[in-house]
Amino acid sequence: MRMFKETSLIFSRQLDRVETLGRYTIVRRYGKMVGLLALLAIAIVFPLVFSNSEETGIALFALIFAAAVTGWNIFSGYTGYISLGHAAYFGTGAYALAIICQVWNVPAGYTPFLFVPVAGLVAAVLAVPVGWIALRVRRHTFVVITIAIFFIFQLLAINLTEQYTTTGSLNLPIPVDWTGDFYNIPFYYASLILLLVAIAISWWVRNSKYGLGLLAIRDDEDRALGLGVKTVPSKLAAFVISAFIVGMAGAIWAYYVFVIYPPTAFDATFDVAFVLMAFLGGVGTISGPILGALLLESTQQYFTSVLTQNGGYYLIAYGALFLAVILLLPRGIIPTLSERWARYQVSRHQSLQEHDAIVTALPTPDGVAENVERKEGINL
Amino acid sequence: MSLLDAQGISKSFGGIHALDTCSISVEQGTITGLIGPNGSGKTTLFNVMTGYERVDSGQVRFKEQAITNAPPDKVFRLGIGRTFQLTRIFPRLTVLENMHVAVQRNSLKGLFSRWSSAHEQKSALELLDFVGLTSLKNLPAGNLSYGQKKLLEFAFVLIAEPQVILLDEPAGGINPTMINYLTERIRTLNQRGVTFLIVEHNMEFVMGLCDKVMVMHRGAKIAEGSPAEVRANPTVLEAYLGD
Repeated sequence: MRMFKETSLIFSRQLDRVETLGRYTIVRRYGKMVGLLALLAIAIVFPLVFSNSEETGIALFALIFAAAVTGWNIFSGYTGYISLGHAAYFGTGAYALAIICQVWNVPAGYTPFLFVPVAGLVAAVLAVPVGWIALRVRRHTFVVITIAIFFIFQLLAINLTEQYTTTGSLNLPIPVDWTGDFYNIPFYYASLILLLVAIAISWWVRNSKYGLGLLAIRDDEDRALGLGVKTVPSKLAAFVISAFIVGMAGAIWAYYVFVIYPPTAFDATFDVAFVLMAFLGGVGTISGPILGALLLESTQQYFTSVLTQNGGYYLIAYGALFLAVILLLPRGIIPTLSERWARYQVSRHQSLQEHDAIVTALPTPDGVAENVERKEGINL
Repeated sequence: MSLLDAQGISKSFGGIHALDTCSISVEQGTITGLIGPNGSGKTTLFNVMTGYERVDSGQVRFKEQAITNAPPDKVFRLGIGRTFQLTRIFPRLTVLENMHVAVQRNSLKGLFSRWSSAHEQKSALELLDFVGLTSLKNLPAGNLSYGQKKLLEFAFVLIAEPQVILLDEPAGGINPTMINYLTERIRTLNQRGVTFLIVEHNMEFVMGLCDKVMVMHRGAKIAEGSPAEVRANPTVLEAYLGD
């Protein structure tokens, strides 16, 4: 038995080596890349295939939310600080673009899209003092404070816009040239570009040393601090980056709906939606929030348009779906599936090892000695 | 030369005086043991020296430089590493990712460097090999056994090459084979110039490993000397066996 354990250890090390160099990794890596390119191609040709405005409308809402939730995830998913107030930056982005368009007389058409990053920056700048205050507390207290700050933003939207409007509502320019089914197309691609930007930022952060610091904060903030991670600036930077992306999503949304009110732009259901979407797909992963948003937002839009005629049953269907997912996949789709996949791989490796153990020659004495020493460290 | 100094430290929580004008001094290149009955203030002293607690009065110095009340990240970057009594690792990160947390850059630079850069990857793998966790490198650290977590915490503190390491009960709750393994690793590092301050209840471990032992009781140091001297000291026996 002991002998078997030692040999299997050696084989697992050999497999390790194969994994870093071999065909398996190459297939996996390129397979992944091909898969991602295929998804991108599907996203690009989607409006050409499903061209009627109802379908593209659903799709572009799904993309806007996917981008916003990806932004939310960069802060809340990576650091573990759950924000229930990110709709504040969605609304800020929306109002910023509306005010920019009014003040600078931005004409309808493609020009407003150029100001989307500016609107995002406005949200990011406002997030600096907010984050600085809110991030002094942790966990439940932090959640409550983000909710409170959200409502402050909503009230400010009513009160600070007095010079532009009496009710807090604002109009954005309407691109009258875009007629029929074409109307949604520019919005669709603008949202897709925003989503790609958000994914790129999320991926970049996740693979950087800075991002590893954020994940360490999520797991044990004080321990991370004791290992030299500058936790306060790190958290604040993540908060601001995420507000920037959510703000841009809000800006595109505002241009699409063209009339915004404080309760629609600063919508508390968006707060909840971001969290639900991220948890559905898998919080803290790169792909999870995107998947969650695409699934949830499109089903919601679909139910709204199809089931409303039958008298509001869509809400029940929506709730039932969500309940089922929470009960069956509590950790989110992506982590659950990837764990199953890993388990399948392990079981395949084990049967491979048993096969190899028969055909391969006995290990060198050197290898055995090395593993006996290793065993001391491991199996305790 | 004294590397790490605590002079006249007092710290109280409510009405309890956890530290009462406590002074200790750790010489460079030694393995110093810190023992004492439960509640004598050993862990509080660690917390004060590593920036996790603020002092009420007194001074902490590292290489003649005052570091009193400096935040934990600064203390660590100066070269003082520590482990915790209740081992603290990052359970949802993989073992290898855990190893990289302590090699931080300042925030902005950290955004533009991959956590898995080749050079750091190499030293992380060497250290994992040093503590015997190489084959577990891709597992989530939360899946490790208690002893393995202790070794991991030890290893990820080492990666930043601290000059002095404070170990809080490294031998607590792990089996004798592993204790020997740990002892040997500490000796190796000490020969390479790393200074150790170790809080431990396992007397065999302390007496076998340390050059010098300090004894704390009721928030102050009551004795100091070689393991043999401390063992023969009547004050120490009294502290342990009660008044």
